Amino acid sequence: MPVSDPNQLLTVIDQASFAMDDVLLFLDTHPCDQAALGYYQYVAKIRNDAKEAYEAGYGPLTVDHVRSNQYWTWVQGKWPWEGGNSTCGIMRNGCSTR
Amino acid sequence: MWNYEKRLQYPVNISQPNPKLAQFIMSQYGGPDGEMGASMRYLSQRYAMPYDIGKAVLTDIGTEELAHLEIVAAIVHQLTRDLTPEQIEASGFGPYYIDHTTGIWPQAAGGVPFNACEFQSKGDPITDLFEDMAAEQKARTTYDNILRVVKDPEVCDPIRFLRKREIVHFQRFGEALRDVQEHLNSRNFYAFNPAFDNTGSGSVQ
Repeated sequence: MPVSDPNQLLTVIDQASFAMDDVLLFLDTHPCDQAALGYYQYVAKIRNDAKEAYEAGYGPLTVDHVRSNQYWTWVQGKWPWEGGNSTCGIMRNGCSTR
Repeated sequence: MWNYEKRLQYPVNISQPNPKLAQFIMSQYGGPDGEMGASMRYLSQRYAMPYDIGKAVLTDIGTEELAHLEIVAAIVHQLTRDLTPEQIEASGFGPYYIDHTTGIWPQAAGGVPFNACEFQSKGDPITDLFEDMAAEQKARTTYDNILRVVKDPEVCDPIRFLRKREIVHFQRFGEALRDVQEHLNSRNFYAFNPAFDNTGSGSVQ
């Protein structure tokens, strides 16, 4: 069943995007690593699918995904520093020093 | 969140090194009216902007300035490729070379290091947008000054592009300022800070 709840979609986008951020640094120093290459493609697809679904219902996350022909929706809604397009962080209960 | 695109916003293809010119142009990297100050100014000012149009303009021009920072760095880099120590000494590039070899470091043409005091983030949208419009004009003047001393067409080309963008940004900041003023009581544009004051006509709340 496809996910359509905006918070669930954002959680998927946040997690898959961070997985890409992390594995791309590994790939920068290990450009031949087949498992990492496969993992990058795997999380990139998860991110792109969730991003498409989110943007279709709740507005653009990146400027080149404005869909409306009626209004420049890029200027609408809360911005990230105002709490827009955000979910709960998962580090809250963790201990980053261990 | 930002993502990097592996291309320049405008191409830089300089075949003849010219360290003297590099010393001039690096001012638009880390000098008083350079692209580093521009990007940090607009991206920092966003948090005190209460209105949709202003938030988008500061975000998107701030982002474009990061692309301009990269263009200026590419120009300086290409102007300082394949130099001999003799060329460096003869050109006046020696003091920079001693400290940074031919690496890119933010300083003004006269050697003054980049300093955050070269821009302001005042927490007041009217104040900030007037600063932004002035900043675009100061950068445009600097590009004019550079163009008067540059003869190499391969260098002029990207500099002219950057100069034109300063003019477009000035226009957009002017429009953003007009939008902010339309949210305020026209008799009291300057009586309240719409990012901070809770009382009085024209406040956002």
